[in-house]
Amino acid sequence: MTHPTAIAPSNESPGMWRRAWQRLRQDRVAMVSLGVIAFFLLLIAMSRTGLIAAHWSDEVAPSYADPAWHLDPAAATTNAVVGIPNTQLGAPVDISDIDPLAPRYAELKERTAKIAHEKAEQATWLPFGADKWGHNVLTKTIKGAEVSITVGVLAALLALFIGTLLGASAGYFGGFIDDALEWLYNVFTSIPYVLLILAVAAIFSRGFLTIVLILGLTNWTGMYRLVRAEYLKHSERAYVRAAEALGASHASRMFRHILPNISHVLLVQYSRYVVDAIKAEVILSFLGLGIPVDMVSWGTILAETQEEVVIGKWSQIIAAGGSMALLVTAISMLTDALRDALDPKLNE
Amino acid sequence: MNISSFILRRLAQMLPTLLGVMVLIFILFNWVGGDPAYILAGKISDPKMIASIRKQLGVDQSYLVQFWIFVKQVFTFDFGRSWSTNELVSNILKTRLGPTLTLMIPCVIIETVIAVICAVLVAYSRGSLIDRVVMVSSTVIMSISFLVYIIAFQWLFGYQLQWFPVQGWTGSVWRNLLIYAPLPVMLSVFVSMAPSLRLYRSFILDEMCNDYVRTARAKGLSEHTVMLKHVLRNAAIPIVTNVAAALPTTLVGLFLLEFFFSIPGLGREMVVAVSNSDFPIVKAVTVYLAVLTMVVNLLVDVMYRWLDPRVSFK
Repeated sequence: MTHPTAIAPSNESPGMWRRAWQRLRQDRVAMVSLGVIAFFLLLIAMSRTGLIAAHWSDEVAPSYADPAWHLDPAAATTNAVVGIPNTQLGAPVDISDIDPLAPRYAELKERTAKIAHEKAEQATWLPFGADKWGHNVLTKTIKGAEVSITVGVLAALLALFIGTLLGASAGYFGGFIDDALEWLYNVFTSIPYVLLILAVAAIFSRGFLTIVLILGLTNWTGMYRLVRAEYLKHSERAYVRAAEALGASHASRMFRHILPNISHVLLVQYSRYVVDAIKAEVILSFLGLGIPVDMVSWGTILAETQEEVVIGKWSQIIAAGGSMALLVTAISMLTDALRDALDPKLNE
Repeated sequence: MNISSFILRRLAQMLPTLLGVMVLIFILFNWVGGDPAYILAGKISDPKMIASIRKQLGVDQSYLVQFWIFVKQVFTFDFGRSWSTNELVSNILKTRLGPTLTLMIPCVIIETVIAVICAVLVAYSRGSLIDRVVMVSSTVIMSISFLVYIIAFQWLFGYQLQWFPVQGWTGSVWRNLLIYAPLPVMLSVFVSMAPSLRLYRSFILDEMCNDYVRTARAKGLSEHTVMLKHVLRNAAIPIVTNVAAALPTTLVGLFLLEFFFSIPGLGREMVVAVSNSDFPIVKAVTVYLAVLTMVVNLLVDVMYRWLDPRVSFK
């Protein structure tokens, strides 16, 4: 005779998410990636709220200042042109004998003196140097990261929403709705992705929300495919039939019963979408078709670097390209680890 | 079912999709895009010309009539003239296709050959240090923006080593192939290698798990013969179909390279047209590339069935 407590079943079986989390914690690569992503999110949260990088557009150093760990603020304020010693510049050429404005020199000088011009506080710490306009590359890259990542996250969210809604409807209802949505899917996939983005970008004016819309509206097809397949499979399962017998409405069955069961598919695809959207935003902004000119993103920073590398200024391409590569690698690695950790086939 | 009725049926299925593409483009450019007069006002100073473009597009008429005009344009290859340069759109498409193909054909061939060779080597030494190094480095390579590679390659090979000119194009195909195309081709191969290599490796690994591989080894065939004559021949089916299916995307991927290297191809034309709101060119390129994608997909399906007799034409 067995003791009753010995066979008392543990009525708490760990949920899918908890088991996935346990598996994920064993994966060192995944945890490092998660740390990197968390670091970036923290950075953009701080930049968004103005704690850091709020004054990225101040002229805090001479143009193209070299990277330096500690700059003497007194030396920095001399406002020398970097790279060209003052002795080489020579004295200004006197052209007053032919200059038609010569009689008004005194007046102009007086008027110039009246214009209040505020000099931004010079930076003492420039790990990546300064750009052409004397912006601190570090804060500029952080601001650029904020814009690029925000666009990526929002556009991917929009694509996720559209893809899930359409995929769920097609897979769940089938019939005419499925046929119509399959047609829409064929139409969108027969235009290559980058071409579709360019075509849509031709119509809309430049703007932050516009680019989120462009990227979100064009990249929902992958999600649609996955969600549709899952809904085809799940809508006939016993738990959904049981919910139906209990009087659950279509919407309730679709989004309260089936959706949580396929949420792992959504999460993995969502992280892929974020990478796609960040890359697409960078390319569009580089081409001048993305964010407006008064904002800065990784794409606009990279667009400036094309002429900078020729004169030997590598700090912007390293800062923007490097931080983007770091984030994209982290998301890709985490996506792979998530897919493995959430795969129901590997569960047992 | 035989091959011709298969193709006929697939062609018939293409029609609704083509109609959908045309409706989508029509909605974007004629409805969302609004009256072209607003865009043209900044480009063309002659009000008579604007009026004639509006008349040609049927802006004053119902959307149904406008759509019919658009459909006729698609099937007669007559999109009128560019809003920016006044060049015939059909002429632009004809003359810009050559440079694009001059880039694309070497890209596809070189990339496929190198990726397959590397994939065989990597798959063969699965789990070894080489395998892991190649896989990790391809993930890292893929994460760096395409733009960074363009800038870095232009700097290294064009500016620092001076092996190739950074920009330029001539009328001679051989000169283009030998002098102006190598740098963009090299870039394209370098960038598309990593994802292809990963994909082909998985195709080859899938085949290596099959029973026939064990049988071949048990017969005493050399590893060389097993890999090249048995595994690679079977893995060639997904590889070839994948290369063909990716052709439209490859073509569009070259758009950016053409833009950065100032190669007068379709892609540069498209990017310039987008920034100039030159709708006729954007519409034409989008429609015809969508048609090309559909045709390529059909050919891939036919090829797949032709290469693999186990899949029937139904």
